[in-house]
Amino acid sequence: MAELTGLVWIVAKIVALVVPLFIAVAYMTYAERRVIGWIQWRKGPNRVGIQGLLQPIADAGKLLMKEVVIPQNANRFLFLLAPLFSIIPALAAWAVLPVGEGMAIADIDAGLLYVLAMASMGVYGVIVAGWASNSKYALIGAMRAGAQVVSYEIAMGFALVGVLMAAGSLNMSEIVQAQQGPFWNWFWLPLLPLFIVYWISGVAETNRLPFDVAEGESEIVAGFHVEYSGMAFAIFFMAEYANMILVAGLAAIMFLGGWYSPFHGISYIGPIFDLVPGTVWFCLKAAIFLFGYFWFRGTFPRYRYDQIMRLGWKVLIPVTVVWLVVESLFILTGFGPWF
Amino acid sequence: MIELLLFYVFAAILLFAATVVITAKNPVHSALFLVLAFFNSAALWLMAGAEFLAIALVLVYVGAVMVLFLFVVMMLDINLAPMREGFARYLPIGALVGLVMVVEMVLVVGSEQVNLIGATTAAAAGEPMSNTKALGSVLYTVYAYPFEIASVVLLVAIVAAIMLTHRRRPGTKQQSIDRQVRVHKEQRLRIVTMAPEKRD
Repeated sequence: MAELTGLVWIVAKIVALVVPLFIAVAYMTYAERRVIGWIQWRKGPNRVGIQGLLQPIADAGKLLMKEVVIPQNANRFLFLLAPLFSIIPALAAWAVLPVGEGMAIADIDAGLLYVLAMASMGVYGVIVAGWASNSKYALIGAMRAGAQVVSYEIAMGFALVGVLMAAGSLNMSEIVQAQQGPFWNWFWLPLLPLFIVYWISGVAETNRLPFDVAEGESEIVAGFHVEYSGMAFAIFFMAEYANMILVAGLAAIMFLGGWYSPFHGISYIGPIFDLVPGTVWFCLKAAIFLFGYFWFRGTFPRYRYDQIMRLGWKVLIPVTVVWLVVESLFILTGFGPWF
Repeated sequence: MIELLLFYVFAAILLFAATVVITAKNPVHSALFLVLAFFNSAALWLMAGAEFLAIALVLVYVGAVMVLFLFVVMMLDINLAPMREGFARYLPIGALVGLVMVVEMVLVVGSEQVNLIGATTAAAAGEPMSNTKALGSVLYTVYAYPFEIASVVLLVAIVAAIMLTHRRRPGTKQQSIDRQVRVHKEQRLRIVTMAPEKRD
């Protein structure tokens, strides 16, 4: 009986996390179109509902009605399985993220490793989709995505190694607690180069502009999901946005102090800001990164493929290695309020 | 009770996946079933209380090694017919290797120290220290030198692998990224002022 109630409780927690996440994914698509419209001096979707607020629901309805076309000579089983391969890791990684104080579904000690493991599995969806479609464009897109994700994972992993050195723990909640205090106590300041490397490789890991050569509409049509339609395509789309939110949430936890308010611990103003629930601060911090995604998309042209590889291997990885050495010196000397 | 059931479910899927890896006709299917096998063995390790090893298995083998495997297998257009030849010729040596491995595994698994299902309780009985912390503290104190030596061996392997492919090829057109980045607008762009043409 106790086992059963425990199980029900876990399922309830998962639902409480996944439902808001899906709503966030739906409204991210709307926000992206509005923000980019704003950047490009046009209106974006504003017809369905007030200010176009029902647009995501209309889009979901449209995609549900559409037929899922399976190409001839495609590997039918893997073709249908690939969208699941891409969305399951994107959702599973959320299990260890503390969205508020003590609000992680599983507060495990190897949390950071778990997140890295899940993030590294997302690429299977892309590779399997590209291969199973039996299409040249899809295969090219899958190969590009595979190479890119594997390369940037190293830079991202090294950047997070810096965080775990500073926090002295792999547990996500303890990483946030190590940053307790106002915003200059958070890890973004002592680990500024790693923070920037993390942000860049986060954009590359999710195959977003300016690193979206896996899709590359102007050269390989739509890359790995060129053959997908209807709901199968929608799941790829949702996985992409869920991954973006995941990277943003991780950045908020690793570098921007998770659930702490920016003025935590300052006399007089601190307690006022602490009245706002920690989850709100977490979401606001993640929203900074999500807006950054849209901003990059509206600003930068697409990188050339060889330049992406060069940036990852020859610029970002050396920067992280150098900063890990500098950080060990910081730790040895007990530099500043952080170590 | 539930744990025992889960153990058998994971073990059954693991055995099934491992069998398909060697029997599947399509190499891509083999690679994907190998991923499934890794995943299930990670689940088994997790149940045995070895959380660090389980996550490291997924991170390293599923996340990196198998992606590169799949990468290569997908790009090769493998002709299956010549690979099936000589099955009878290689059967004796294959059977011998298989037999040795079975004997080794029986010796390891059958011994007294290894008790996969009971390991969780054994770990709980000891100090309340997580697997990850325990492994880290042992690896960087007691076994610090072997650990460093292992990392140097890996570094040598990386350098050797790069040296094997790093040969000088005359006649390739190398791009100088520095020069590409340093170009100015004046070097590439010519603004032409034209009088507007009149329509007839």
